Amino acid sequence: MNNRTETLIPKIGVITDVRIDTPDIKTFRVVTPDGKKAFDHRPGQCAMLSIPGVGEAMFSITSSPTNTEYMEFSIKKCGCVTEWLHQAEVGQNITIRGPYGNPFPVDDVFAGKNLLFIAGGVGLAPLRSVINYCRHYRDRYGDIDIVYGSRSKDDLLDYKEIIDEWAADTGVNVHLTIDNPQEGWDGHVGFVPNYVKELNFDTNKTAVLCGPPIMIKFTLEGLCGLGFDKTQIYTTLELRMKCGVGKCGRCNVGSKYVCKEGPVFRCDELDELPSEY
Amino acid sequence: MRKCSLDSVNSVFAEIAKAAALYIPADRTDGSAVYTKWEEGVVWSKALNTVRSPKDFFFPQMENLMEFRTSGKNIEIVDTRSEAEDFVVFGVRACDVKSFEILDRVFLTDPVDSYYATKREHGAIISMACTRPSETCFCKTFGIDPAEPAGDISCWKTETELFFQSNTEKGAALLAKLEGVTEECTEEAVDAQKEKINAVMAKLPLADVTTEGFGGGKTKDYFNDPAWDELSEACLGCGTCTFVCPTCQCYDIKDFNTGKGVIRYRCWDSCMYSEFTRMAHGNNRLTQKERFRQRFMHKLVYYPENNDGLFSCVGCGRCLAKCPISMNIVKVMKKIGGENK
Repeated sequence: MNNRTETLIPKIGVITDVRIDTPDIKTFRVVTPDGKKAFDHRPGQCAMLSIPGVGEAMFSITSSPTNTEYMEFSIKKCGCVTEWLHQAEVGQNITIRGPYGNPFPVDDVFAGKNLLFIAGGVGLAPLRSVINYCRHYRDRYGDIDIVYGSRSKDDLLDYKEIIDEWAADTGVNVHLTIDNPQEGWDGHVGFVPNYVKELNFDTNKTAVLCGPPIMIKFTLEGLCGLGFDKTQIYTTLELRMKCGVGKCGRCNVGSKYVCKEGPVFRCDELDELPSEY
Repeated sequence: MRKCSLDSVNSVFAEIAKAAALYIPADRTDGSAVYTKWEEGVVWSKALNTVRSPKDFFFPQMENLMEFRTSGKNIEIVDTRSEAEDFVVFGVRACDVKSFEILDRVFLTDPVDSYYATKREHGAIISMACTRPSETCFCKTFGIDPAEPAGDISCWKTETELFFQSNTEKGAALLAKLEGVTEECTEEAVDAQKEKINAVMAKLPLADVTTEGFGGGKTKDYFNDPAWDELSEACLGCGTCTFVCPTCQCYDIKDFNTGKGVIRYRCWDSCMYSEFTRMAHGNNRLTQKERFRQRFMHKLVYYPENNDGLFSCVGCGRCLAKCPISMNIVKVMKKIGGENK
């Protein structure tokens, strides 16, 4: 028997709730078998979830660290592990290990700043952790703007929480958009990058972006067009990972391992890396 | 320093094997050398080096990490790790000894990889100075002296004798056990041997290969070099270079359902493979050129950037000997570094 700690050996997680968010996204609540949070994390960090025999994959932790009871993961059905998870029921055991990666700099860089969160589709999942953290410590931050878009109204993640809680907060402005007109939708219609330009945000904000690569690319251009500097813009990357600790050698962009030195990057830091993500 | 006659080398092997499993390079029937567990009758190979590097001993091509037992919705995790037995690897060349320093920086950096660390603690390295380096050797490029191999114990071989010098506590303890089969000696014969080796090294065809121009901070200089197209054009993506490489350390983690449970194991992987970075939603290295570039940029730029300038190549020459299309790191270094510096 070997008494060393080993990061590759996970803990057991129990799924205690499954929420159907959209036709292809479910949010899973996970605790340890004795009903506790598996580990503490910071906003933007990730965890490795696995189902033995199916595989292991990295997911951003969707719930805020201020939630001390459980963790949540909003997961889109798109591969082996996620398809298996989507048919899992309450009570199902999985394995969990982490936390991995660097968090968003919520306690230093973000402190006192006006914040602009921009997400597309399931890209809201990693930002929800940060948004709820900043809402929890509301007096530490300035105004919060949230721009969120998806294909349709039905594809908006956390819709109820956004409307009932986020939009109801003082100093929090929510701007929702969907790609195409839809019956029963009287909100904005159009792609996120265009909406961001239309909203013509003041540059006195720190922006956080997450979404499909194409959305990130055009939104970044849009923000720079509005006068934002790349040092004001953060994003979070995703690449294939196996170990989560910078050893298995596959999630590097240039000399940086996304699992270890990311997933959170400031956009000017990304310019220093080769365009291989 | 101690020595024994080459005729009595088997008694040295026997003495070591009393306390620990001993592995030595021995010839297969096809003439290639592989590390083989020593027992009476196993003959030390005369080949320059083994086909595969000794990284297998510490980072095996495949090893079980843990097991899972599942019943219904429940999962039980079984920690299958055990303490490694002491073992000794004999005859490791200077290049391969250096590779452990490179692997250590990956696996022993926090969080320490317990599988690797345990084997490193239990394994002792007896190195061997090179007497006749091959035309594919270029260890000197990376500052490695084949006449001064590191390791727990360093050895030099002359026509008639084998010399031993311990370098570490582990090595000293091991050498102490060999007192009955070795004798105290001066260093004169070894010094003469070192001079002979260095004279040979200077005449090798790859003696002029240089790392000049490579190292950390060079990503932007080389990443978009048009030469990558030509260099990678014929690459088959077979991954042979990564498997014979003593410093390649990328791995995959996979599950195997035995019918009674699930074994999670790790195995060598290769950045040369198309699936290496493939995700459900896409692949950030779609072409063989991108994968080829990754391998060499990692060894010559990314790794040194993260490891105080240390390159992730030791010049062992295995990839030069084994690549089916005769592509190799030397050609890359000459093309990318040489003409564009």
